[in-house]
Amino acid sequence: MPFGLLKFGLSKTYPAQHQFTPASTELKKHYDVVIIGAGGHGTSIAYYLAKYHGVTNIAVLDKGYLGGGNTARNTAVIRSNYLTEEGVTFYRESVRLFQDMSNEFGFNVMMENRGQLTLAHNDAAIRSFRWRAEVNQHLGVRSELVDRQTIKELVPNLNLSETARFPIIAGLWHADGATARHDAVAWGYARGACKRGVELHQLTEVQDIEVTRGRVTAVNTNRGRVGCGSVVQAVAGASSVVGLKAGIRLPIHSFPLQAMVTQPYKPLLTPHVSSPQLHVYLHQTSRGELVIGGGSDPYPLYNTRSTLDQKEVLAAAVTELFPFLSQARIMRQWAGITDMTPDYSPVMGLSPVENYYLDAGWGTWGFKATPICGKTMAELVATGRVPEIIRPFELERFYRFEQINEAGATAASH
Amino acid sequence: MKILNCPLNGPRNIAEFSYGGELHRMPDPSKCESREWVEHVFFNENKAGIVTEWWYHNASSYWFLAERNTVTDEIIRTFPASDVFKERVDFSKETGEAQE
Repeated sequence: MPFGLLKFGLSKTYPAQHQFTPASTELKKHYDVVIIGAGGHGTSIAYYLAKYHGVTNIAVLDKGYLGGGNTARNTAVIRSNYLTEEGVTFYRESVRLFQDMSNEFGFNVMMENRGQLTLAHNDAAIRSFRWRAEVNQHLGVRSELVDRQTIKELVPNLNLSETARFPIIAGLWHADGATARHDAVAWGYARGACKRGVELHQLTEVQDIEVTRGRVTAVNTNRGRVGCGSVVQAVAGASSVVGLKAGIRLPIHSFPLQAMVTQPYKPLLTPHVSSPQLHVYLHQTSRGELVIGGGSDPYPLYNTRSTLDQKEVLAAAVTELFPFLSQARIMRQWAGITDMTPDYSPVMGLSPVENYYLDAGWGTWGFKATPICGKTMAELVATGRVPEIIRPFELERFYRFEQINEAGATAASH
Repeated sequence: MKILNCPLNGPRNIAEFSYGGELHRMPDPSKCESREWVEHVFFNENKAGIVTEWWYHNASSYWFLAERNTVTDEIIRTFPASDVFKERVDFSKETGEAQE
């Protein structure tokens, strides 16, 4: 055995892989598909295009680096307990794809089925939880209304005092709730796509999009002009800015959402806990840190600075739920830009430009949609047909007044 | 604490105010196409840069306009809506020119 280990250590092929993706090459003059944004979404679209549709002449362009935008800034929550039939069906398929992701990639994305508990502090919340539980169960998603005794068993450390500012009176328990390592999701998709011939070009910013007679013909980057058969924009946090380069206005306001992480603790919190009334949610990572999120800035901004105001709001809320956290030290804080739509659902699919596809409007629900979004957008780009599961989310819904209202089921941000 | 200079009440904590949306031209509801109205209601420019937008002082129910940089988070200036709207907007009128 020691000789075997020595041989492995000295082998030229060790470490097996220096990096997830091959070194960058020169940009070609033309690609069949140009994907703007190398986050989880952009790389998953490339992956499924290559894997299922045989489209491999693809460039994924990013002005920064792989998974360096909102893929790295979200709080890694996976769940499907939404309110509308369209929303629940869509996110349910995403959760299903997440469950098989580590097998699919051949490496561990650290998917953990922890469950998610949303707290009710008033009667109105209980009514909406009943509604969500019924819709969820009807569509095969595990959601149920739970009482205080069950909450105590699920989260023994939670402050269930009846003299709290907002006492907890019930909960919505979602056993399908989960978390995964968000960076690994983008790495896995990028690696799988590059193995099949897709090119990843980091530090390549799309500065201008050429549209002629309603069709995209090329994108201009800081590394030169690239002709293209079609373009997909997958740039959460910059949807309006990139869309406008193609002449497309979107129903989006961009707000920063602030989050923070405490020092590590021993394992003490299994599920993800969310309080819409206190505007806070948290879970414990496998490293032991508590990720605390939910503070949305009160006005639109393209700036990921942190503010004391928002951090105070998060701290006040989280110490009400878990008083021992009053002693916790904050290790890191950050913000991500959320592209909020009026109905809290994404804008996906066709755009007013014929061969330009939108993967936009990912407010606070983008990470959990990564796999299903990639799979369905790839089908759309390859076949030109809009998959039924994403048809309700098309931009045209606003012109028909057929919004998919998920405001009440969108965690704690607003 | 971030300070917003209210044209009516002077410099106040920004927590006392509410963001009220981008300033854009309202099409005449009695004349415009349905699609144009939808875009007015739901769509935004959502610009990264200097924008002009509505703000509201919650305590005094006062609406005013602000120029703000959405990249640097700086408030450039605030001014009363009367600087832009020289005449009173009559929403009860069926016809007439499109209003700001």
